Amino acid sequence: MNVNVRQSGDVKILDLKGKITIGSGEVALRNAVQEVLASGATKVLINMHDVSTIDSSGIGELVSAYTTATNRGAKLKLVNLPAKVTDILQITQLITVFEVFDNEDEAVASF
Amino acid sequence: MPDENRFHLSIGSRFENIELVQVVLRDALLRLGMDEDTRHWVDIAVREAVANAIKHGNEQNPAKKVLVDLGIEDQELVIRVADEGAGFDPGGVHDPLAPENLLRPNGRGIFYMKSFMDNIHYGSAPGGGTLVTLRKRLAGPKPDPSHEEEGH
Repeated sequence: MNVNVRQSGDVKILDLKGKITIGSGEVALRNAVQEVLASGATKVLINMHDVSTIDSSGIGELVSAYTTATNRGAKLKLVNLPAKVTDILQITQLITVFEVFDNEDEAVASF
Repeated sequence: MPDENRFHLSIGSRFENIELVQVVLRDALLRLGMDEDTRHWVDIAVREAVANAIKHGNEQNPAKKVLVDLGIEDQELVIRVADEGAGFDPGGVHDPLAPENLLRPNGRGIFYMKSFMDNIHYGSAPGGGTLVTLRKRLAGPKPDPSHEEEGH
């Protein structure tokens, strides 16, 4: 998986591309989130438009990212979820945990 | 599925090798005429089974093998994943939907397998490791459109 980090106003946006799966995918997500939080970001938006596959480890990493951000007083939200990512979050009831947006502008404005 | 499409794979316990299983699996599922959605969810279920075998069964010891067997039995796709670990009690896994577990980073793999397959069963592999069997019913033949009533 590749992660591109960009800025929109005071929001750090992480564009994820590829598979968030056990091994390198989950590690790449973990490192990217830790890096932006360590840099002092308090508003983090994860753009999942180009995520092709996510497994339980990837879901676990998203949950960890959310709790790590929350514990630091930061906010972490999700945008552009592919249908299958929405499905997999729904069946484990995590869709109720995350703030999810369909549109990046709305997501950025929501912080 | 013709017998030549049955497959047996033996992989070393590295997460990268899950991708090898996926390549062969996807080809087999395509040959079965499975729709894209079903292929995706079976793919995830098998990914979880193999990942568990590598991580929890074989504890990422690359010298230990994970065996994957796919075939058709009684109109069901049957996938068996065996490891060389010390065995596993699925009864000890917490409920990922319980409110107190919702924010745990782990413990969803078996739940996803159960959700995406028609049946999963945990047993013992011949060497004492874990053998998980995943089953998915295959769709029957498509109805003949000429027998369908007009307007349906």
